[in-house]
Amino acid sequence: MAGGLADRPRYAYAAPPELGQDSVRRAPIVIVGAGPVGLCAAAELAMLGHDTILLDEDDTVSVGSRAICWAKRTLEIFDRIGVGDRMVGKGVVWNRGRLFHRDREVYNFDLLPEPGHQRPAFINLQQYYVEEYLVDRVQELGRTDIRWRNRVVGLDVLPDGGARLTVETPDGNYRLDADYVLAADGVRSPIRRMMGLDFKGKVFEDRFLIADVIMKADFPSERWFWFEPPFHSGQSVLLHRQPDDVFRIDFQLDPSADPEEERKPENVVPRLQQMLGPDKPFDLEWVSVYTFTCRRMERFHHGPVFFVGDSAHVVSPFGARGGNGGIQDVDALCWRLAAVLNGTAPAALLDSYDAERIPAADENLLNSTRSTDFITPKNEASVAFREAALDLAADLPFARRVVNSGRLSLPHTYAATPLSTPDGDAWSGGPRPGAPAPDAPVQVAEGEPWLLRRLGGRFTLLRFVDDPAAAALGGVPDGVDVVTVARSGRPDGATVIDRDGTAFARWDAADGSAYLVRPDQHVAARWRTPEPGAIATALARALGRPAAAEARRAAGG
Amino acid sequence: MTTLKTDLNLTDADGFYERLIEAHRGLDGPASRRLNAKLVLLLANHVGDAAVLDEALRIARGER
Repeated sequence: MAGGLADRPRYAYAAPPELGQDSVRRAPIVIVGAGPVGLCAAAELAMLGHDTILLDEDDTVSVGSRAICWAKRTLEIFDRIGVGDRMVGKGVVWNRGRLFHRDREVYNFDLLPEPGHQRPAFINLQQYYVEEYLVDRVQELGRTDIRWRNRVVGLDVLPDGGARLTVETPDGNYRLDADYVLAADGVRSPIRRMMGLDFKGKVFEDRFLIADVIMKADFPSERWFWFEPPFHSGQSVLLHRQPDDVFRIDFQLDPSADPEEERKPENVVPRLQQMLGPDKPFDLEWVSVYTFTCRRMERFHHGPVFFVGDSAHVVSPFGARGGNGGIQDVDALCWRLAAVLNGTAPAALLDSYDAERIPAADENLLNSTRSTDFITPKNEASVAFREAALDLAADLPFARRVVNSGRLSLPHTYAATPLSTPDGDAWSGGPRPGAPAPDAPVQVAEGEPWLLRRLGGRFTLLRFVDDPAAAALGGVPDGVDVVTVARSGRPDGATVIDRDGTAFARWDAADGSAYLVRPDQHVAARWRTPEPGAIATALARALGRPAAAEARRAAGG
Repeated sequence: MTTLKTDLNLTDADGFYERLIEAHRGLDGPASRRLNAKLVLLLANHVGDAAVLDEALRIARGER
């Protein structure tokens, strides 16, 4: 078989040392679930200097391609943990979506129309490759005790606020205590059920059949979406190219369709032949049927337990918002955990996880629900409006924005986070507080010539100056690195040069402008010219330190 | 904030009404619904202002 599914790695189980012990070991962080989200958390925490134990009930990577579209923001996070190049090297890079109605193309769109970004809008890469590369990286970083075939079967919250896990292995059960537990255990999250927590929202009747097809075909590296194609009786179809000549094809099914029947090859193959032609040779790699769902937990943070990814929220596909949303969850959480465990932030910083990731989940759910309603119209009026929009879209640009075949994942801006310092100066663009940092090409003394490569993993003051010989900035507190972007001069260490002005423009910067950027590359504060003390105050706020305590701290009290 | 015009704004109300009905002549139910849907989308885009459109939606639903 040409695909990577047949060769997926098996990881060795080893009997955990805690088996048969009376005393219970306490770990700072236990991650449950070695999917992309749990593995990304392990890698991020390792990069931040923290050891973790990662428990997974299985001993291999994902069966089937599952999540395949990895967004620019995820690739930037992968860059930070050192796997971006491998993912992008293997993945199919794409920026363009193409939309068909019946037998004609309605329009196409570029998701990253401007140059000057290291990473594309998306790559397609089977989840089994993403997991394999993340496992390799986590092992290379050497701070994660990955325990395969370790299934969590019990969770109790301890009187001191920690958690006690009961873990089942092939050799019996053991107990393990943790200060913090990251529940990355998927949409059916056993931990969520053990804690008796609800998962609220909408389950739609609509079902889609996913077929991963191995074939030689000249479909371009684009996202193709058909409304009512002639080869699939009035329903919708989505096509994506993956590496190894694997194509993902999603067929909308009637709500009355029987999922067990539909996934049988004798029913799948005729659907594919109608689309590809009767003589096209292909192999089926993986088939699944899924139901559209838009649900989330009321809160993601429950005492010592943080829910991340699908355990916390699940969206309908067609927006690439599931896997990418989960990666952004752990990106928001890990630096907070590290800061609290390092003692640089109070435990209250962890409360802002919900304040940031619940609105992010709601944004994903809203977009996903709207797409679902457009793709699967529920009454005559919605059918008529969809037809109208598709008819008009061929000629009229405004109607293209009405047509909705999925609104593809973009990073969330934490607009209302308590960690941001509101703007006090006038800005006409650039990333506002809470927004993710935009990339730009820069000239560097060494390393990758991209601005985002200089940010992340720690608090950074990004300072823009015309002249690199400008005087050093005062008032930069401990724990904040300075990166200078200069219009001219020679790059040197922490100074990068913005030859063509792209970075200045994207950040709406002038001589003296400065941004405080969080470890997750989101903006905490910005100034035209920082006043003495302003940076320290903004840093304290971004670390969740109460203002009164900060004033005492500043006064040396 | 702009509000929805509810006083007479059409220059030729009778003429517009006649052309509206004429546009639907010979169309069956689904085709008629689609024509109306196109009109709504075209006019909504022309108006643009969300507050005006929301007010029109409320009035059309008989909510005031």
